[in-house]
Amino acid sequence: MIDPIDPHQTRPRDLILELPTDVRTIEHAVDYVIGRCPACAEQARRLQLNFRVGLTEALSNAMLYGNSRDPSKRVLVEIAFQLGCIQARVTDQGQGFDPRSVPDPTTPENLTKPCGRGLFLMRKLMDEVCYNDRGNQVTLVLKLESGGILEGGVQA
Amino acid sequence: MGFQVSRNGDVTLVEVEGQLIVGNRQELKQQVLEQLESGDRKFVVDFSNTGYIDSSGLGVLVSLSKKIREQGGELRLSSLNEDLRTLFELTKLDTLFRIADTKDKALEGF
Repeated sequence: MIDPIDPHQTRPRDLILELPTDVRTIEHAVDYVIGRCPACAEQARRLQLNFRVGLTEALSNAMLYGNSRDPSKRVLVEIAFQLGCIQARVTDQGQGFDPRSVPDPTTPENLTKPCGRGLFLMRKLMDEVCYNDRGNQVTLVLKLESGGILEGGVQA
Repeated sequence: MGFQVSRNGDVTLVEVEGQLIVGNRQELKQQVLEQLESGDRKFVVDFSNTGYIDSSGLGVLVSLSKKIREQGGELRLSSLNEDLRTLFELTKLDTLFRIADTKDKALEGF
């Protein structure tokens, strides 16, 4: 079992999933979460593009890099559907990493590298992306105001 | 979810059904590399029936494009929907690939 989250950091949680470290579970888990969002109909694109990408990339990073594909480790997903936003927190059982160490994948020297775009896409498509100090837990926030424009410029 | 591989003249056409994500990217990579090893040099990957590509899927396209270029070939893409095009534009991969509106346009003059 994954260690309980610090209660001082805990927000209201409407949905909690604990996944095995198996990338085949990601698609179904993301579909499950999106299918239970009460704002689905009027926020279709922000959910199907922004939130789907953000949550998928967070889960991929947690399984591939956080848990190093170790099938004995788990990934905890906590979702809160709040007024005007969705919050998703993804916690792995790895050692953590420094998100500042991930280079910009759009620079000429990195553009042809096969890796390094997951965190970049999360930052571009979500309104907030915050890591804990250890670097094994990421919290994503997507605002759901109609007609809003994300910092990354992708309009809903 | 899968990949349909067909021939159109000397071009290998790969149609992605469903999603290109971390869970199936190796299957696409294996299929294209097998064709490359058998002598094919021109590839079109078509996304008419693709809903989503994640960063791993983008990465495998970059990796394949590099390997094909090293062998003197080219990988072209076609039929990106609005969301997929957004992902390519955000990551600037639209500058790395020749992207056609349809697979027919991708095949033209290849």
